This record gives sequence, structure tokens and C-alpha cells, in this order.
Amino acid sequence: MILVVAKTLFILIVVTLLFAPLITWVERKQSAIMQDRIGANRADLAGMTFLGLLHPAADVIKLLSKEDLVPAGANRFLHALAPILSAVPALIAFAVIPYGATYRFGDTTFTLVAADIDWGVLYLLVIGSLATYGSVLAGWASRSNWSMLGAIRATAQMISYEVTMGLSIVGIFMVFGSLKLTDMAVAQDTTFRVFGFLDLFASLPAGAGWLNAIRLPNWGIFLQPLAFLLFLTCIMAENKRPPFDLPEADSELVAGYFTEYSGMRFGLFYMAEFIEVVVIAGAVAALFLGGWAVPYLSQETITAGVASLFGEGFANLVCMLIHVGCFFSKVVFLVWLQMLIRWSFPRFRYDQLMDLCWKVILPLSLLNIFLTAAGMLLAQQIAPGAAAS
Amino acid sequence: MSFEMFLFYAFAFLAVFSAVAMIGFVRHIVAAAMSLVVTMVSLAGIYVLMHAELIAAIQILVYAGAIVVLFLFVIMLLDLRDGGLGPAARGQNLVKAVGVGGTVTIGTLVVASVSGVFSVNPLVESLPEGFGEHRALGIALFTDYALAVELVGLVLLASIVGAVILAKRKID
Repeated sequence: MILVVAKTLFILIVVTLLFAPLITWVERKQSAIMQDRIGANRADLAGMTFLGLLHPAADVIKLLSKEDLVPAGANRFLHALAPILSAVPALIAFAVIPYGATYRFGDTTFTLVAADIDWGVLYLLVIGSLATYGSVLAGWASRSNWSMLGAIRATAQMISYEVTMGLSIVGIFMVFGSLKLTDMAVAQDTTFRVFGFLDLFASLPAGAGWLNAIRLPNWGIFLQPLAFLLFLTCIMAENKRPPFDLPEADSELVAGYFTEYSGMRFGLFYMAEFIEVVVIAGAVAALFLGGWAVPYLSQETITAGVASLFGEGFANLVCMLIHVGCFFSKVVFLVWLQMLIRWSFPRFRYDQLMDLCWKVILPLSLLNIFLTAAGMLLAQQIAPGAAAS
Repeated sequence: MSFEMFLFYAFAFLAVFSAVAMIGFVRHIVAAAMSLVVTMVSLAGIYVLMHAELIAAIQILVYAGAIVVLFLFVIMLLDLRDGGLGPAARGQNLVKAVGVGGTVTIGTLVVASVSGVFSVNPLVESLPEGFGEHRALGIALFTDYALAVELVGLVLLASIVGAVILAKRKID
């Protein structure tokens, strides 16, 4: 019981109190670097700006001290409910994402994930689908035309991309044979032969045996490269950040569905968006980048190696620290990638957005399911578990 | 009363209460749709208590996450801002809701007491291996019920084609 609370608190604190404020800083700094500006460096304590790291704190003080406005004619109850409905899904989504493997210390065995449920991936999709309500209600309850237009756009966009988001990762379920994120992470802690498919045609000629030595980590991105691109696109569109920010398009709709929010209620929308960036990074890392897995060094290799020198308990501890560090470095990389995308691409037009979803991603994800099934059948012909697609 | 039973009755109460609220006494049509969401989520909670976790996930994903969102989308497109449910209609709806709800409840109670359902604990403990898991369900769907799945797929395809044709006629 204490373990569950500790694991939950750990991930909640890391994501909301460490990552989310830091990301607001990263966003400002990275945009500044990419646009050749000096960037956030005005907030200071006694003349020290700490590279602009004080800005997140300044943001919070500003948001907390602002007047909390509710527009006349707004539905007060729903207006207050919307930011909460926006933030809660973002906060609870990380529950199923494993940030470490299963470790044994004496008699206690524990897995570093807050809730290890059988349908972990479905849980992520469920949470994603519930996140729609925050923006829809915000737009409707504000009784403002900007908000309303933003909400209509948000609904259509999020419903469309939910469909393709679910379809694009079916290939991943098939390859790993599980919906459980901890199982997937364990499955990604191995390697596979890149040229294993050659066994299908003939035995390798003499002298080409070295081909068998070329191995890649058994990661989703190598087994399902197309699914990775499609899923990343869909999940970023779900978060409604540029280039998919039509629901809040600043140049057309002021701020879209949350135009009529101020103070900490606006802060909740703002926070939800940045926490979602971390959640996206965590989900993509767990599904496609091996989660906590260190490439070419499986858990047994690390524990066995360290245990031979320093004993087993210490080896498990070292292994745990390496895995957690590895997971969060992947998360940091994916956050950086999202920032790069966010500051590189201009906003889509609305018809382009819908075309991308229904005419490009949907057929491609169906094709991916088809190819994966064919590839897995072929792989079973060679040898059970030799290589997948 | 065990904690599970407490949760069961809490979810059951929420489901029924918000269902009555939806047709009965909610002022705005959007608030009515939101009560429907509460009903859906409570039902999902009951499914989880009954170990049907996949059904619970699908329930939220499809009904709460997609269908009611579509309702809201249509409500917003039609711009039914000032309710569409006037005060007079509200009173009538409450009467209707209580009438329909009462009839259904009494009917269910009669049927249930005759058939002896009350002696059965709704939260069964002895379940077959893999009950309610996606794996068992998937295997059952694609072996024993393969024909039914294919037929449902055909019906869905037909309705998609129909929807496209209807929508296209309007555009043309």
C-alpha cells in the first residue's frame, strides 16, 4: 500500500512539479534559440536571472494574483468545471506508464509503475478521449463566439484523431502480443536480428554469417516505423499544440476555447497542455523507444555484471537507477523533439488537418495493420519468434 | 457491507440519478449531455466491479469519449445555447422521467423477485480463467462468434456508405 502511494506520488511530483514548469522554460528558450533571440531573461532575483529559470515561478505568481473573471451570461458551473476536466486526464494518464522494470529486494518485489493494469494502452486511449470534454465545455460555457468556434474545432479535431490514434498502434499490440505496458517494456528489453528475414529465402552463403550478428534493439520504432510516425502525429494533434493548434489559433480566434478564462483557471489549461507534452513523451517512449530498456544491455546483463562485483541487492539498486535514468532521458529527448516540431512547422489549414487524418493517416494505419499481420505470418513460417515484420 | 458492495451501490445510484437528471430536471441541453456522461462512466465503474474490464474501457472510450462528444458537437453546431428546454418542458419532462423510471423500476423489481435474482451476489467471485480479459474475449469473438462479427462489420460498412451518400447529396 505504501509502495503504491510512493510510486504514484513520485511520478506525479516528477511530472507536474519538475517537468511541467521546466518545459515552459524549455519552450521559451528553444524558441528563442531557433529564432535567434536572447529569450526569457527578464525575471530576476537581486539581478540574477539564472538563464531565465525564474520565469516559471513568475508565471505562477502572476496567474495566482490575477483577477478571476467569469463572463456575463456564462454557465458558471460548467465554466468552473471545464479547466478541471482538462487538467485531470493529463494528471492521471501517467499512471499506467512504467518508468522502471520489476526489481527484487529481499522479499519485496515491485514494479515501477503506479497502476499495472492489463489494458494499459486502452487506458491511455480512454483518458485521451475524456480530455475532449475540457475544451468542449470551456468553449460552450463561456458564451463567447471565439470560444464557441474553438470548441467546435477542438471537438472535430480530437474525435477524428482519436480514431486514427487507436488504429495506428494496433500493429504494436500485434507485435508484442499484449496491451499491458509493462509487458511491452519487457519485450523491448531484447534485440532481434535485422537480416533474420533472409532465412525465408535460403540459408546464408558462407562468409555472410556476419549478417546474423547485426542486431537492433527490439523496440517499437524498429519493428513498426510507420506506426511510430502515425502515432506521434495523432497524439500531437490530440494535444492541440502547433502545428495542430486550430482550436486556439491565436491569429484567428484570440485564444480559442479558453479565451474567456483568466487567472488560475487559465493556468490549469496552460498546465494541462504542458503536462500532456510529458505524457506524450512518456507514452511514445514506452510504446516505441523501449521504455526503461537500455539498448543492447538487458536487465539480466546489468544485474549479473554488477552483482558479480558488488552483490545482488546493490546490483538491483544500480539497475533500477540506470533504468529510471534511461526512461527519463528518453522522455527528455521526446519533449525536445516535440518542441522542435512545434517551432518548425506553421499551422495547418482546417481542411488540410482533416485530410491528413482521414485521407492519409487512416489508410496508412490500416495498411500498417495488414503488413504487420502478413509479416508476422511469414515470421512464424521461418521460426517462432525469429523476427517480426 | 464490503467496500466493493459500497462502490457498486454508489455507482448504481450515480448512474440512475444522472439518467433521471438528464431527462428530468437539468436546465441546459449541454448539462443534460454531461449527465449522460456521468451515467456512462458509472456504468463503466460497475463493469469494472464485475471484472469486465475490457467492456468498461470500451464503454468509456466509445460512449463517453466519442458518442456523447458527437452529441455535444451537434448541439454546438445547431447553437442550442438558451437551452431548447424551456421551463414548461422541464416540468413535463420530470413527470415523464419519474413515470417511465418508476414503471421500469417496479417492472424490474417484480421480474427480479419472481426469478430470484436478488439471492445472487452481483459481484461474483468464482469466475472462469481469463474472464473479461481482452485475450479471452478476442478469441471468443474470432472463433465462436466469427460469423456474427463479420455480419456486424457488413452492417457497419453499409451504414457508413449510406451516411456518405446522404451527406454527399446535400453538398451536391
